[in-house]
Amino acid sequence: MKPAAFKYLVADSLDHALAVKAEHGDDARFLAGGQSLIPAMNFRLAEPALLIDINGLAALDYVRDSGDGAMRIGALTRQRTLERDPLIARRQPLVREAAGHVAHPQIRNRGTLCGNLAHADPASEQPAVLLALDARLRAQSASGERWIEARDFFVSLFTTALEEDEMLVEVELPALAPRTGTCFIELARRPGDYAMMGVAAVITLGEDGTCADARLTYCNAGEIPVAADRAARALVGGRIGDEQLRIAGDLAREEISPTGNAQASEAFQRHLAAVLTGRAVKRALAAAGSEEVGG
Amino acid sequence: MIEGLFTVTTSVNGTPYTRVVEPRLLLSDFLRHELGLTGTHVGCEHGVCGACTILFDGLPMRSCLMFAPQAHGHEIVTVEGLAADGDRLHPLQEAFRDAHGLQCGFCTPGILMTMKAFLDENPSPNEAEIRQALSGNLCRCTGYQHIVEAVTLAATRIAGRGPKS
Repeated sequence: MKPAAFKYLVADSLDHALAVKAEHGDDARFLAGGQSLIPAMNFRLAEPALLIDINGLAALDYVRDSGDGAMRIGALTRQRTLERDPLIARRQPLVREAAGHVAHPQIRNRGTLCGNLAHADPASEQPAVLLALDARLRAQSASGERWIEARDFFVSLFTTALEEDEMLVEVELPALAPRTGTCFIELARRPGDYAMMGVAAVITLGEDGTCADARLTYCNAGEIPVAADRAARALVGGRIGDEQLRIAGDLAREEISPTGNAQASEAFQRHLAAVLTGRAVKRALAAAGSEEVGG
Repeated sequence: MIEGLFTVTTSVNGTPYTRVVEPRLLLSDFLRHELGLTGTHVGCEHGVCGACTILFDGLPMRSCLMFAPQAHGHEIVTVEGLAADGDRLHPLQEAFRDAHGLQCGFCTPGILMTMKAFLDENPSPNEAEIRQALSGNLCRCTGYQHIVEAVTLAATRIAGRGPKS
């Protein structure tokens, strides 16, 4: 329960951190919140030779409007900030709602969004949320930078599209369309535990009240966060009523790939996905109809 | 420079300390073994039980999920620093005693530090909010009922609305 020995470096700038990473590659890990990395190190599931601590890089701790209504969140922005930031609450309520489900307050005070994403635990909430929002992620290395779409970022269990010299430095959340409502729901045995199943719903209504666009994504439903596109398409084109909710839930039940675990069998996870889909879409629908969201 | 050893200077309960440590030393072990502040307890060492919760720059965090060098230049408060006046317990500690909010006491330091920050941010919580705030701290003795009552009592006393002990 004690980590193996490692070398420790306090980065004094982003360039410094990236230069050291380029030199050491996979032997080095960035240390942001450390709320997943340090437990893994305590269990010796991870034994990096070098930790590059970026906690001193205050310039990476921000939530800002990128000018076109999109929001950008930096590599050192804590989950706590996402729970409390008024702009996130108004523009991206799904991110705020999901942040409240990430582990416990003590963990959210330290853990970062970008660290959460780079860890790529499919049972985690924010990867599914970013997939639902069609977010873009900016990877930077000593030799350049590139943007990665959320749907391309999560490759497999705990594995992302990041190269060994890259840091996930920023996330961009596109503005929600007018008349869009969102909802995140999960069911866990105890608050703060990994959810047995979680669903993020994004529903956009047309001016006539019919569903113009829908997005449904799930956590703990496969090796990576899973989008149930057939279920979402079943909601689009008409008014959403109980029948559409039932159809979408049934499709989602089949579309996801949960493996079952000690807390919930695969069959129960599929059942939960169907039930929670209905509830999440209902709440997203109500939010889409109110004026408070998306402005 | 990439160092094998790291010199940490940190403030714990208002007292500055400097120690030379291995980077892999957990902050929880730093507090207990380097500084002798054994009030911070170590349970699971992977962030689940909450026994090692301290205030780091005013916010409750798991000291088992930080390395000692990360405390360099930061301010820590442990349960030993909760009673500002050495002769008188903090209202939370008094309320835990009066409402039987502990039995074996192992989880108590982490719960006190978590609830200190919680009541600072939310001085008049309802029961559901208290239970939610307690969710990151495991107690295997009490069934939590008396802990919830103790926190409620502390909130009442801190607000000056209830009977003093």
